[in-house]
Amino acid sequence: MRDPMGDPGPVTDEELRRLRWQCRRGMLELDHLLSGFLDRGYRELDAPGRTEFLALLDNQDQELSDWFMSRSIPEDPVVRDLVRHIVAVVTPRRT
Amino acid sequence: MSIPSRHFDALIIGAGGAGLNAALQLASADVRVAVVSKVFPTRSHTVAAQGGVNAALANVLPDNWHWHMFDTVKGSDYLGDQDAIEFMCREAIPTVYELEHAGVPFSRLDNGKIYQRAFGGQSQDFGGDQAARTCAAADRTGHAILHTLYQQNIRARTHFFDEFFALDLVRDKDGIISGALVLEIETGEPLLIEAKATLLATGGCGQVFRTTSNAHINTGDGCAMALRAGIPLMDMEFYQFHPTGIAGKGMLITEGVRGEGGFLVNKDGERFMERYAPRAKDLASRDVVARSIVTEVKEGRGAGENGDYILLKLDHLGAEVIDKRLPGIRESSRIFAGADPIREPIPVFPTAHYAMGGIPTDRFGRVVVPVGSGSEQVVAGLYAAGECACASVHGANRLGGNSLLDILVFGRLAGKDIIDFVRENPYQRSVDPASLDEAMGRLTRWDQKGSGVPAHQLRAEFRKCMEDHAGVFRTEEIMTEGYQRLCELREQFKDARLTDHSKVFNTARIEALELQNLIDVGLSIAVSALHRKESRGAHSRPDYPNRDDVHWMKHSLYYREADRMDYKPVRTKPLTVESFPPKERVY
Repeated sequence: MRDPMGDPGPVTDEELRRLRWQCRRGMLELDHLLSGFLDRGYRELDAPGRTEFLALLDNQDQELSDWFMSRSIPEDPVVRDLVRHIVAVVTPRRT
Repeated sequence: MSIPSRHFDALIIGAGGAGLNAALQLASADVRVAVVSKVFPTRSHTVAAQGGVNAALANVLPDNWHWHMFDTVKGSDYLGDQDAIEFMCREAIPTVYELEHAGVPFSRLDNGKIYQRAFGGQSQDFGGDQAARTCAAADRTGHAILHTLYQQNIRARTHFFDEFFALDLVRDKDGIISGALVLEIETGEPLLIEAKATLLATGGCGQVFRTTSNAHINTGDGCAMALRAGIPLMDMEFYQFHPTGIAGKGMLITEGVRGEGGFLVNKDGERFMERYAPRAKDLASRDVVARSIVTEVKEGRGAGENGDYILLKLDHLGAEVIDKRLPGIRESSRIFAGADPIREPIPVFPTAHYAMGGIPTDRFGRVVVPVGSGSEQVVAGLYAAGECACASVHGANRLGGNSLLDILVFGRLAGKDIIDFVRENPYQRSVDPASLDEAMGRLTRWDQKGSGVPAHQLRAEFRKCMEDHAGVFRTEEIMTEGYQRLCELREQFKDARLTDHSKVFNTARIEALELQNLIDVGLSIAVSALHRKESRGAHSRPDYPNRDDVHWMKHSLYYREADRMDYKPVRTKPLTVESFPPKERVY
């Protein structure tokens, strides 16, 4: 049995496919941020981080958009950190 | 194989504003209604609509529906049907009040009435002073409407099939539409939903273009299903592009940026709009700015590694002005372009935004097709509403605030008409097994193994070709070349294969099914645009720069079979008032 607080093990294809559909949203901005993070950052999360990402996807589009675009700040510091982390991972680096 | 089935009085495909408003009418009248949505309903693209809903409530400035009608006819560049436009502008008022009573938290004036803001294209007294006609719920009107309608549907016991993908319409032996075959995304299993009436409300198709402001879900599914059922699409060449989307991503950068003093430069730092529009410069009309950007890129003056975008400069405005007046733009640019406009320009390119055309309907949301010469008939039991439909209220161009209005009015009216239809047609028709097999074939073809073009590669190539050859820059030469290439890609699609043949949440298979829809709908845009030899509204052709009312004041109808075109007249006679004759559009 996996340690729920530690290394969550490799991400299964089915888990990724399921999450990919949950990243399909009503706003293009959210599509880019959530799908982009799924491709580039999700695998690096520990077990609680993955659970937190799944919980984040349950929020309404408008609320997610407000958080990502800095119109409001999530009350929960864990969510706040995750939102910041997603933006940092997805934002392109310009040379 | 045996396919499980469910029976309802009405089936609605799509759970945005149009679908949910129709469903609410039906469920409230105790009609058994099913709503199929490929994503959770409150993740529909309606949630992204910020602007508001036009209705001549006259709460802020004098107004009436007749002025609203005039503005809409003029905005349509006289291609909108005046009976449908009159109907929409009249119905706007009860529609907004109904939403208010349903609980939409519209912004308020001090006197408690609904606040209304002014938008471009709105006038008092038939082209006079600015009107204030747009009702909004702060800057999240779409979200407020979508959530209210969803909650009301839950209360009214609408049956939702969330995360089900509609494969195709099915017919009975007489050819009457009798429901749809859908796919449960979680299990990968098909389900037949039989219904006496079916409403297509699947939204836009912006994903046919590489750069679009539309969400990933907007793949023209309903339009493509209609095409495959032999129904033409109407006025598909009229597609609205916003000149400044974030390059390679598509998010809108509002005109307000240029209004505040931002300007466009090419790779040499030249303010090129001075060449194309010496007076208006960066504030020229949307189509002029969009075409100028594409011309700069085509002629080798684009910026970036691939020279495929233009730069929007704001840094001269200073951090204080940008933070105060354009905070959302700064954040968007930082996140999606990696450019902080306080220090560096935003890479931009025109972005596909809104389809004026779609499945032809009358003002009750009933799908109509031509028969014989000049007349048309209703397709029994089939309805369409919202961006996928064309009741012909936007004509060649849409006014701000009229898109939410369109989905709400015609969703509502389609729902009301379906109530009568199912009462007059109480018996369920049996689905023809041949029709079901055909729909199943669309799914099972992806079970084939072996080598072939990867579907995702074809998708990218198709969307790029649409952008290059059927986007804002439309000459005979460019579009003819593009059409040939699109046909080649359509042929290649027949050999496209998937490597993932799993069933549970096989998103690659859903995307491949969407690709077929993109191809069908993309071709309808490209072919309709190639044939229309004039410039009108959003369809702008440098080789035919003028509007030609003598030859082209007519609606295009594209048929999938042999890419055939047909035409039908514009309905210039309103329901109760005098016609607005075509005039040159001057703002």
